[in-house]
This record gives sequence, C-alpha cells and structure tokens, in this order.
Amino acid sequence: MTALVEVTGARVRFGEVVALDGVSLTVAAGECLGLVGHNGAGKSTLVNVLNGGLAPTEGAVRASGHDGDWSIAAARAIGLRSVFQELSLCPNLTVAENARLMHRSLSGRGWRRRAGDVARAALDMVFPGHRIEPRMQVGSLSIAERQMVEIAMAFADAGIAPRLVILDEPTSSLDAGLAEQLLAHVRRFVAGGGAVILITHILGEILSTATRIVVMKDGRIAAERPAQAFTHATLVDAMGSPAGDQDRSRRTAQTGAAVLSLPAGARGGGDFTVRKGEVVGLAGLAGHGQTRMLHALHDLKTPQWWPARDPQVAFVAGDRRVNGTFDVWSILRNISIGTLSDLSRRGWIDRRAEAARGREWQSRIAIRTPDLNLPILSLSGGNQQKALFARALSSRAPVVLMDDPMRGVDVGTKQEVYAMIRAEAKVGRTFVWYSTEMDEITLCDRVYVFRDGVIVAELEGDAITEANVLSASFAGAA
Amino acid sequence: MSISRKPWLWSFVAALVVFVITIAATAGASTGGVMQAALTFAAISIIVGTGQMFVITLGPGNIDLAVPATMTLAATLALKYMDGVAVLIVPGLLIALGIGVAIGVLNYALIKLLRIPPIIATLAMSFVIQSTAIATNRGLRIKPPQMLADFTTGSLLGLPNLAWVALLVTVAAWLLLNRTVYGRWVPAIGQSIAAARMAGVPVDGVRLATYVLCAVLAAIAGYLMASFSGGAALDMGKEYLLMSIAVVVIGGSSVAGGDSNVPGIWGASLFMYLVVTMLNTYGLQSGARQIFTGIIIITVILVASGRRRAS
Amino acid sequence: MRLSSDALRLILPVLALAVLLGTVFWLRPNTMGYTGLHLLFKLALPIALATLSQMVILAVNDIDLSTGPFVSFVTCVTATFLVDTPALGVLILLAAIAAYAALGMIIAWRQLPAIVVTLGMSFVWSGLAVLMLPSPGGTAPAWIAALTGWRPPLVPFGVLSTVVVMVLAHLLIMRSTLGVLIRGIGGNERSVARAGWSVLRARGIAYAIAGAFGVLSGMSLTGIMTSGDANMAVNYTLLSIAGAILGGCEFMGGKVSPIGAVFGAATLLLATSVFTFLRVPPDWQIGAQGMILIAVLALRIALGRGEASR
Repeated sequence: MTALVEVTGARVRFGEVVALDGVSLTVAAGECLGLVGHNGAGKSTLVNVLNGGLAPTEGAVRASGHDGDWSIAAARAIGLRSVFQELSLCPNLTVAENARLMHRSLSGRGWRRRAGDVARAALDMVFPGHRIEPRMQVGSLSIAERQMVEIAMAFADAGIAPRLVILDEPTSSLDAGLAEQLLAHVRRFVAGGGAVILITHILGEILSTATRIVVMKDGRIAAERPAQAFTHATLVDAMGSPAGDQDRSRRTAQTGAAVLSLPAGARGGGDFTVRKGEVVGLAGLAGHGQTRMLHALHDLKTPQWWPARDPQVAFVAGDRRVNGTFDVWSILRNISIGTLSDLSRRGWIDRRAEAARGREWQSRIAIRTPDLNLPILSLSGGNQQKALFARALSSRAPVVLMDDPMRGVDVGTKQEVYAMIRAEAKVGRTFVWYSTEMDEITLCDRVYVFRDGVIVAELEGDAITEANVLSASFAGAA
Repeated sequence: MSISRKPWLWSFVAALVVFVITIAATAGASTGGVMQAALTFAAISIIVGTGQMFVITLGPGNIDLAVPATMTLAATLALKYMDGVAVLIVPGLLIALGIGVAIGVLNYALIKLLRIPPIIATLAMSFVIQSTAIATNRGLRIKPPQMLADFTTGSLLGLPNLAWVALLVTVAAWLLLNRTVYGRWVPAIGQSIAAARMAGVPVDGVRLATYVLCAVLAAIAGYLMASFSGGAALDMGKEYLLMSIAVVVIGGSSVAGGDSNVPGIWGASLFMYLVVTMLNTYGLQSGARQIFTGIIIITVILVASGRRRAS
Repeated sequence: MRLSSDALRLILPVLALAVLLGTVFWLRPNTMGYTGLHLLFKLALPIALATLSQMVILAVNDIDLSTGPFVSFVTCVTATFLVDTPALGVLILLAAIAAYAALGMIIAWRQLPAIVVTLGMSFVWSGLAVLMLPSPGGTAPAWIAALTGWRPPLVPFGVLSTVVVMVLAHLLIMRSTLGVLIRGIGGNERSVARAGWSVLRARGIAYAIAGAFGVLSGMSLTGIMTSGDANMAVNYTLLSIAGAILGGCEFMGGKVSPIGAVFGAATLLLATSVFTFLRVPPDWQIGAQGMILIAVLALRIALGRGEASR
C-alpha cells in the first residue's frame, strides 16, 4: 500500500488549549480509516490539519505527489476532498451550478450540461435510485438530499479524480437505506484503490466499513488497530478513560417539585423534567440537539414583548461571540444587563446599586480586572466567561441554563465555577447544564443523553459513568 | 480621556473649523446671523436624527425610511386641524404625536408580521403615508396659528426657540439612553440580538417602542418645521431622509448598531448646515455642496471602519 | 411533480402583471392595440434596467440607495457630453461604471455597510448631475432618440426592448458562470471562497454590472424624455427596490430573478395607469404602489416562502 497523506508529530494549540498533542497518522490508498472519539478528542482538528485548513504548530503533513507547503489548494490538487456536517453548498443555486462552482475545470461553453452530467453521474454512482435532478435548486431539496449531493460531489470526477475523501458524520441526515448505499460505495471506492476517512457516531458503520480504526482521546491517538480487532464494547472502552470514575459527593434521589419540563417533541425520544435544586446534565456528542433544547426552554419562559417581573430562567452562553457578550460594553454593563429590573426604579437605573452589585460579584466569582468599567474584551476568555456566569447567577431566576459554558476556560476557573454551582444548587437553585466534557457531566445529579436531536437515555446517580454516556451517545453501542 | 473614546468631538471640531472658515470669508460681519440660522436649521435635523439614531442603534438593517413621509403627514394633518386657530395649538400637537405613534406601530407591525427587513417595511409604509398626506393636503398651504409661527421663528436668551426644543429632545434622549433600562436594552439588541434575547431583554417590545419613538420625533419635527416655514409642503421632509442618516453616522454613532452618540448629532447637524453656508459663501453651487456631503459620509464610514479594526 | 423554487418565485409577479393588464384592457379596451401598449409601457425600459441594476446588488446581499441619483446623473451626461463631445461622454460613463466596481470592492474589502456607502454616493451623483445641468435641459443624442423613438412592427418599442433586455439579463445572471458566481456569493460566500474564487473581484464585477445597467437606464430615459434632468429619476431608488422585491428577489441569500424583477418593475409602472383608469385620485397612486408591495409580501408569507421561514 502506498501512503497518500502522512501526518507526523502534529501538535495544535488554541491559546491554552492543546487540541492535538503529537499525532502521527498515515493514510494509504485502498483503506478506509475509521476515526472515533468523544467531544474534544481532536478529530475535527486532525481533519483540518489533513485537508490543509489548519497549519499545525509543530509537525508536518506530507502527501505523495506534492512538494512544498500544505494548503487547501494543495490538498484539492492531489484529489483530497472533505465533506463537513455544515452545509457548504449554495442553497440558492441548482445542483449543476454548485458543481460548476466547486469544480473549476468545468468551464467554457456547455458547462451547464457537463456540470449536470458530472453531478448526475456521481449521484447515480453513490446513491443509485436517487430522485435528484441537476437542475433542481439545492434549497428546495430535503436535508437528506442536500447531504447526498454534497457527498456525491466529493466522489465526483471532474478533471481531478478523488483519491482521499474525508467524511465527517456523513450519515447524520440520511435514513438507514441511504446510509447503507453510501457505505457500500465507500467500500467499492476503497476496493478500487481510493482512501476514505470516516467519522461517525454510529459505531456499526465504523465496524462494518472501516479497514482500520483510530481511536482518539485528549488530542492523542489512544488506540489504532485493524477494524476486526474491535467490537462495540472494546471500542467504547478505548474511547473512555481507563482509570474509571472517581467517586463524587452527589445528592441522593431528588424529590423536589418539578420546575421545568418539556415533553418529547414530534421527533420522539424521552421527556425532559428538572426538579428544584437539581443539577441536570445534557450529554451526548456536540450538535445533537442539546443547545436547541436549551433555547426552547429559554423561549418558553422569557417574554418577548414586556419585561418579566420575575425572571424564570437565566442563560449562560458557551459560544460567547454568538449569544453571550456585548462587545462594545464594559464588564459591568455585561454583568448587569440580566438584572436591570432589580437595579432600577420605575425604569431609571440606580447606578450606585449597579456598581455595588458588580463589585460584589467581582469578588464572589473572582473576575480578574482592575476596573469593571473596562471593556469586556479586555478580559481573558475565562474571565469573560466568569462575567457571563455573574450575569446569570446574580439574577433571581430559579433556573440557570448553561450552554457548554466551559469551552476554552482554564482549569482553575473551572474548579471555582463548579464549586459555585454546587453551592447555589444546595440553596435551591436549579441548573440545566449542557457540556461536551465528560468530567463535567459526571458532576451532575442526573443526565440526559442526546442523540440525533432527541433524548435517548436518562442516567441518575451512580449510573452516570463515562461508559454509560458513551454507549448511549454512539448508536449501536448499547 | 483620549479623543478616540469621544468620536462625537470630531463632528464639533469639524463644525467649528467650517464655521471659522465661513466667518473668515465675510470678515466676521455676520457671525451672529450665521450662528442663528445654523442653530435654527440644525434643530430640525437634530430632532429627526435623534429618532433615527435610536433605530440605527438597534443594529444592522434597522433604518426608518418613512421619516420624511411621517414629517409631512404629521405637519399636514396638524396644520389642517388647527386651521390657524391659536387655541388648537396643543390639540394639534397631540394629533401630530398620535400620527407618530400610529406610524411607528404600523411600521413594526409590518416588520414583524411580514418578516421583512425594516428598510422595506418602512419604505412601503412611506408610500402609503405620502399618499395620505397628498390626499389631505391637496396642494393647499394652510398657515399655522400666528402664535405658533411666532414661537418657531422667535428666540429666547439669544438662542432660537427651535434650538431650545432640540436641546430638550437631546437632553431627554441622553437621559433615556444613559440612565434608563430601555436605554440599555436598545444598544444591547444592536450589539447582538441573540445575546440580548438570551439575557432576558424583551426584544420585540423594545424594537416596537424604538420605531414608535423615531416616528414620534419625526412627527414633532414636521410639526415644528411646517409652523416655522408658514405651512406644510408635500416635499418638506424630502431632504431629511438622507440627512437623518448622515447626521447619525457623522455624529459618531456606529452604523453597525449598538453604540450611539447623542451629542454628536449636534456637531454633525451644525456641520452639515455650516458646510452649505460655507460653500455658498465661497460661491460654490449646490452641486459641489452635495458632492462634498457625500464624500464626507463615505470618508467618515471608512475612518470608522479603520478605528474598529484597530481596536 | 416538484416545481423549482425559481418557478414558484415567478408566479406572483407574472400573476400580478397579468391581473393588472387584464384590468387595464377591461377598463379601457382601446389600450389593447399598438398605440395603447406603446403608451402604457413607454417608460418600461429605463425602469426595468434600473430594477435590474438594483437586483444585481441584492444578489450579493447589499442594497443600493443611489440608483435614482445615479440614473439621473447618467441622463445629464447623456444629454450634454454625449451630444457635444461623444468621446468624452463615453469616457465619463465608463468611469462611472468603474466607480461602481471600485465601490463594490471597497465595501467588500473594508466590510462597510453598503447602505451607508451608497447613501453617500447618492449625494455625489446628484451633486455631479446638478453641476452639469443646474436646470433640466440638453438634448438626447440623435442615435438614442432614434432608437427609443423607433416604432417596430407589431410590438411597441417599450415592450420589445424590455423583453430583449430581460432575456439578456436572464442569460447573464441565471445562465452564465459569472452569474452563478455572483449569486453563489449571495448564497454562501464562504464556500465560494473555499472553492478558490476571488470574492473581492467577483463583487467588484457585480457592482460594475449594476453600474452598467444604471448607465443603460439613464441613456434610455434620456432618449424617451429627450432631455436630461438631475431630478429625473430620483424615485427610481425606491421603485427599483420595490420592483425587485415584487419580482421575487430577496434581500439575503442571493435569491434573485431577472425575469421576476422586470415583471415587478412593469407591474409598478402599470399600476399607475390602472389607478388612473380606475379614477383613483392621483394623490393615492404612490400609496397604492406601497399597498401592492405590502400585499405581495403578505402573499409571499402566506405561501410560506418568507425569508424567515428557512
């Protein structure tokens, strides 16, 4: 077997976080590499290094038939294609037009027909029996059909033949029949000398399709064996920590009143309820409906036309840039925005009370800044996150929703916040905590595990173990 | 405090420079006159611009294009109702205010119900309002009550009455923006509507109130302007569409929303009027004046984008 | 069978125009002839071209608030320089298109809000126009006047030329690679850039096309009105936005349709005549245009195709 792409000693740091910690990997022609691991294991970072989107801090990428620096263009030129979970097609264009934009070689007269032929041939090849026409607009296709187009386009040959195709959760919107078609094509493609990297949360797919499986954990390769050497159980074991769970002081069975509940939606799955004083975790792989649930809970309890006299829920953002910080403002204003009704009389802000409240929380939660009137962006990421915690915790809301709030936060801050959450829960506050980190999930009193947008498992007390969460997160593992 | 923290200072500095150049041309002969006229005409821009500023602060895409039509309709209906009778001055003002409230509510109703960008909602609305104004006006020019006309053209303590009104509006707007809960919510929405929603801001209520506020201020400006110039004219609001946006941008508010600047509107309004005066004084035609205005707007926005990148 | 969403997008404007045209014919059967159509659609070409100009800007998710002043500016150039010193006139018009291209690139490069930049440009264009022609005047160049005054057999010039422009614009925006690229930027700028295209250059070209449509609009308007005027087309900004929206274009996502835009523009133009024939007082005609716009947008929501529903 010849090596197509080879990564040696790749190390990637994002600020304090080490995303990839010295990974060496070779992908050869004629193999399907299954890549598994829990959130934050480094799968996406590794993929980005491979496809040229990210230059590693240390280490190198080498490809057969290529000299010089590795880049997206270089990767495309040797026939490396990636399919990501996010849609990368233009929804306002037809399938053929998207093919034209993706494959620059389809130029000149009659490109529309040729692009259509390429798209149709690729779809026929991967998903025989599909009912997608090249002149259909992508936006008018169903989610599954869009994903089919995207996948087929990666396997399409328009000038440069595909040699290595990276599929990141390719079957997340496909039904079982389509998924099997895709996997069958992957096997054919591999048998014909192509290479595929397959990332999926459905372990059955990995075990049935991959020739070799690489298990990642904490930015390293934890195990690497031929696929036959793994079973469901050993694969889940390899993803987890060998040390097992530490004992934690956890509250005993809850008997408090339910403060918030959401029945299972049209997509099925279990119901959701939280009781007073509970810390409830939302677990599972990232992007499987946890954030959507938090938003639904928030919208349910927050009026849009008139300010709530008594706020029912407070929210701590994880993606600060998107729905957390107000970047123009000072730290103080970022903290007080959630509690203005308490800090004002008849609509007039009591600025002394505001400043006092800010100082109180600065010391309680240890926000490291000389002056709360400095811009929020003058703080480090961890301290910005603390300000968001102060915003939520200083409100009178009995329920706090947390959307993976510890992303990119240093260990020290994490410990401080964990202690604070415990203390607040003890005095009757309720927390709904979505986290992508296993040790945070195991801190919770009760955990709902999400998969494909719905609740698939509810774990309580000692049942909250890494193994249980993992086996519920990965379909076919239970 | 560094000057970069006070972008509104620039508009005042610019206004002052232009003022000095203008005075230099006339060798100081008409200093007082120029200042009086500048304050009077700037007052209308200030009132309209303040309303527009609140709307622009709501974030990208928020602009009220119905401002000129609102001015015209409010002025037309109020003057028609008053019909030159002095005792109806206050009811006339109330009518103007009522029109402002109604237009603001309708504007936001369109934005919310049709789920369309504010620009198109207020544009469509402005067509309807404009027609209503034309239909009620019918080319007649009804004089304002003498008392009202006297008030709008008079002055107090050496300052034109209109400037006093504008000052009142400015102080109120400043207090609203800097001292009240509502004044926190508006820029919160402008910085990030998603973050505002998750922080518990009643987003729809605040946006509705802001569109109403803008329309009400436009209505007041129309009422005052028609009284000042001896009657409502159908195209009286025309130049205030672009002017209201221009004074907000030049005054140092962020076009991207979330960061507004009340005093800057004064500097910008005076500046815009004084530029006209200066160019007139130096014998330049209205064409050159407009080109200059356009270049200023584009320069300001370019400089502002540089500042944003630097920080 | 699944209708393509492009076809769905076209139903409303085509239906609106058909209903209006039917109403006109029913109210005034004598408009059904050559002369009637000639009068009804006399101004169709410049309005359609201005709407197409706006549409190209909408395709890259921007809005042009200077369309009206720009078209007015072009009428002034056409009625003066293009008559007296044709070479200089052509140069000025080419420079204007280049200015549009430069603006597009500056807006993309510095990530400026297009609304404010084009607002500033609207002052510049009308200032330049006033400098050239302080009061309405000048004459249309003979060849333009001859073209717009041409009476082709069977179909009046206003209708014929608009249809021709519509077809050409459709080929350019909907069928060519360049059009695909421009709409692709509106649809998903990041993935277009990831596929290796220069977004900056493409945006510059989009603005240049918009400028070219604006120039053609101004030239044809001069021919029809036989003179230039710095205020001739001030309401084209609003009309072009309204016409494009009426024609099924959207503000975000690169969803545009040249055929729809032309139909939308023609609908707004025809609405004026319908209101006259219906004895709607002239006072209410602008308002009725606004109501049509609101009604169409409401219909779109009712059909579940609003922007927010995706």
